[in-house]
Amino acid sequence: MLDYPRKQAESGKDRMNETNSQISVSLWRGAEDGRYETYTVPKRESQTVLDVVTFVQRHIDTTLSYRFACRVGVCGSCAMTVNGKPRWTCRTHVSKVADSGHLEIGPLENLPIIKDLATDMEPFFEKWQQADGVFAPTKTRRDAIEQIRPDSMARKAVDAVIECINCGVCYSACDTVRWNEDYLGPAALTRAWTLVNDERDGGNKARLQAIAGSGGCHTCHSHQTCQELCPQTLNPTAAIAGLKRRTAAAYLKGEL
Amino acid sequence: MNMGLAGRRGSALWIAAMIHRLSGLALAIFLPFHFLALSLAIREATFDSFLRWTDQPWVKVSESGLVFLLTVHLLGGLRVLVIENLDWRDGQKQLATIAAAVSAVVAFIFLVRVF
Amino acid sequence: MNVRLYVWQRGTAALMAPLVLIHIAVIFYATRQGLSAADILSRTRGSVVWAAYYGLFVAAVSIHAAIGVRNILSEWSPVHDRSAGRVALAFGLILAAAGLRAIYGLVFA
Repeated sequence: MLDYPRKQAESGKDRMNETNSQISVSLWRGAEDGRYETYTVPKRESQTVLDVVTFVQRHIDTTLSYRFACRVGVCGSCAMTVNGKPRWTCRTHVSKVADSGHLEIGPLENLPIIKDLATDMEPFFEKWQQADGVFAPTKTRRDAIEQIRPDSMARKAVDAVIECINCGVCYSACDTVRWNEDYLGPAALTRAWTLVNDERDGGNKARLQAIAGSGGCHTCHSHQTCQELCPQTLNPTAAIAGLKRRTAAAYLKGEL
Repeated sequence: MNMGLAGRRGSALWIAAMIHRLSGLALAIFLPFHFLALSLAIREATFDSFLRWTDQPWVKVSESGLVFLLTVHLLGGLRVLVIENLDWRDGQKQLATIAAAVSAVVAFIFLVRVF
Repeated sequence: MNVRLYVWQRGTAALMAPLVLIHIAVIFYATRQGLSAADILSRTRGSVVWAAYYGLFVAAVSIHAAIGVRNILSEWSPVHDRSAGRVALAFGLILAAAGLRAIYGLVFA
């Protein structure tokens, strides 16, 4: 185990904290019918929730299952429910979320649990497909390249939400996803929005149909939990609002 | 059924959305009674005795509650219309809190006036 | 919820915003002194304006509340989509009928 540099103890209180430097963490074990099990983990400076989970798996219980990859906040693989909120565990400092020294970590909500902290992302990606978030090309290599101005309204709308890396935090946070299993969810709809605004794309007729039915963009109640929790600071509520306006206009014009 | 309370209880925007939905539900339940009561106007005498029934203090307090529900539902609905149709703006949490406060004030003014 | 229901719900909501403000003003004015049936009916009986205003209000709220109830049933109860739609429709019709009857009592009786 690495020796972390320690600050000079400045007072009796600090001395007590050093000897009392542990936190208790409850981790979900099992599948849907599992339960929380509690472990005690050494407290470390600048510790992240991912560090804590990794410590448990390496030093206490090697049967713990969880996902991570980059551990620096660019891949989105380590998303879990931390004290009730879905977050990237590699970017969540324990000191910021461990109220009264306790952490409760579970798998992402609204998705089937494979084991422990790992969920089945398939429903998430299926809805991605159902929302028709797929580029429909209109040109061939023999045509001139489409000129897209980066400061055009449409491109700005796309740029605002294009950095989605499908981490599932918004989907897991969304109440409406929880209440309505048909709802396509914030990520899928936001991706559809980027294509609705893509001047090169030719699939809007089918796409608007795909997101205007039951479970489509109108199911969103604008709670904005997705926007509050997106680690990429994207705003799916605004994107979905855009889709609502587009589909409503198309409907009123008789195009839908 | 998990109502999504864990971890989200404190969020002002979530509370605003819940108040909006619950106030709408309460108003929807109230409305049939409201219309039935007003139908008593078909006969002036019956309507008159109904109106005297509403003079009771608990009725006035309930009416004040209804004014609160109506105002808060209206303001919450305006907030949704703004979110969905106008350019995004920050400061919504403050707006949501102000909306609830304004509704409470309106209901309180009503209460004071009917007593 | 789909695009058709959305347009109707948001549309009636927008329509009702000014109607509700007027209604709140009416409530405040009507309750400023002890109400009597004669006081109210003398203002509403035979008034086309009241009938039109409240007729529009009743129509809008019946649609708006019905769609809202449909959403709540669909999301918070075991009653889903199709059945929720039927319950909501029934509720909307009851509201409309009761509302129109109230307008009849206040204006035309």
